[in-house]
Amino acid sequence: MEKATENAKNPAPLKLLGSWASSYTHRVQLALRLKGLEFEYKEEDLGSKSEELLRLNPVHKKVPVLVHGGRALPESVVILQYLDDAWPETRPLLPADAFDRALARFWCHFADDKLGPAVGAVFASTGEEQEAAVRQVHENLALLEAELRDGAFRGRRFFGGDEVGFLDVVLGCGSYWLAVFEEVTGVRLVDADAFPLFHAWLREFEALDEVRETIPAVDRLLEYARGVRHMLLGLAGGAGAGGDATEAPAATAAPPAAAPPAAATDIAVDI
Amino acid sequence: MAEEIKKGLVLLDFWVSPFGQRCRIALAEKGLPYEYSEQELLGTKSELLLRSNPIHKKIPVLIHDGRPVNESLVILNYLEEAFPDAPPLLPADPYARAQARFWAAYSDKVYEVGSRLWKTKGEAQSQARAEMLQVLGNLDGELGEKPFFAGEKFGFVDLALVPFMPWLTPSFERYGGFSVAEVAPRLAAWADRCMERESVAKTLYPGEKVDEFITLLKKKYGIE
Repeated sequence: MEKATENAKNPAPLKLLGSWASSYTHRVQLALRLKGLEFEYKEEDLGSKSEELLRLNPVHKKVPVLVHGGRALPESVVILQYLDDAWPETRPLLPADAFDRALARFWCHFADDKLGPAVGAVFASTGEEQEAAVRQVHENLALLEAELRDGAFRGRRFFGGDEVGFLDVVLGCGSYWLAVFEEVTGVRLVDADAFPLFHAWLREFEALDEVRETIPAVDRLLEYARGVRHMLLGLAGGAGAGGDATEAPAATAAPPAAAPPAAATDIAVDI
Repeated sequence: MAEEIKKGLVLLDFWVSPFGQRCRIALAEKGLPYEYSEQELLGTKSELLLRSNPIHKKIPVLIHDGRPVNESLVILNYLEEAFPDAPPLLPADPYARAQARFWAAYSDKVYEVGSRLWKTKGEAQSQARAEMLQVLGNLDGELGEKPFFAGEKFGFVDLALVPFMPWLTPSFERYGGFSVAEVAPRLAAWADRCMERESVAKTLYPGEKVDEFITLLKKKYGIE
């Protein structure tokens, strides 16, 4: 990949503020690597956020933030689309067709609003509550499996087609936590028999060079996850499990189990 | 059974839905003809809705030549991309587009937090109030002294946010005990400015009608 040339077309330097265990950060790192774009990386201590981060992302105060020519872009999904728009000559993440793009965006929201929080809920709970969360994860995975089997993504190697795309990056950088959470909680989440196509896709995704460069080593993830689970269970039952201290993968993937009463939002007609 | 594919645009929607209104305003701004299909949400959902959005079973759904597109912001992006000859709502510059996408997504918070204001009491409601003030402050700050969010022209962020204004005033204001004109004066002026546009004026319902609807929901779901 002609790294120097790609950046040269839009030469202002790229800097990424992130956190090593944040799957949202990984999305951006992976996207930059897939596009052959050079960038400077700055590790943020989420327990003690830098003045720079707070200045660059005053609304959410979160990582990742991409800085391009001094201008800040927060939110991984916004950043990914920006990369396509600002470097149209590089390998595109979103598909070309408008309807396919709509599908990619829809399933991206599904990953962030449904699947991610469900996985986070499994991680943050035990007993009956956890069993209910596991059922939720399985329901969500079943929907994805159905799309891979007979639906929008039928017959594809990746969600993006023959090559990885936007949805692979979004789903993939998060799905590696499934095996880690399984190990730490002792709960089966991705059964290769129940979800053969999802399982196969994840193995293909994880085998890619750029992905292996991006995802941290399993033992580091395991150690981290064990620490987070310990903390979450220690605080379970109290308000705001996890708080702001760490943007734990479970916390970034899901609002803590004791977040604003879910019952209230379930009541309404969702219009 | 061969089903004839219906050509053109159909919008499955619900009269007072601000998410549906985003789509209606966009379609009007772009001059795109479409069939509006009012959906029964408080009773039994139609077979067409359930078939078009099996996962969430929600409106709005835009059906284009028989293929469904779900979720208001996804629909807005789709309209930009599927009809490149229609007037654009997103700016051309990549950074400005990114900002527009960020703030349009952020505007969802007005509804999300606002809903908690009328559904909850006590601590939960206070929390929602505090969050709402922050959200409104952020939006007011982002708008600044500009006439519209992207500058001189009415666009993506404006139409994503404006449908929530009749929910804010009077309803969310009353449940939360605050005034938009006080906590976000520039936003209040912007809302009036948006109402001068035909697409907005013809699409939005007055705050009083929205308030009636919320009262109806409260009764239906037994919320005090």
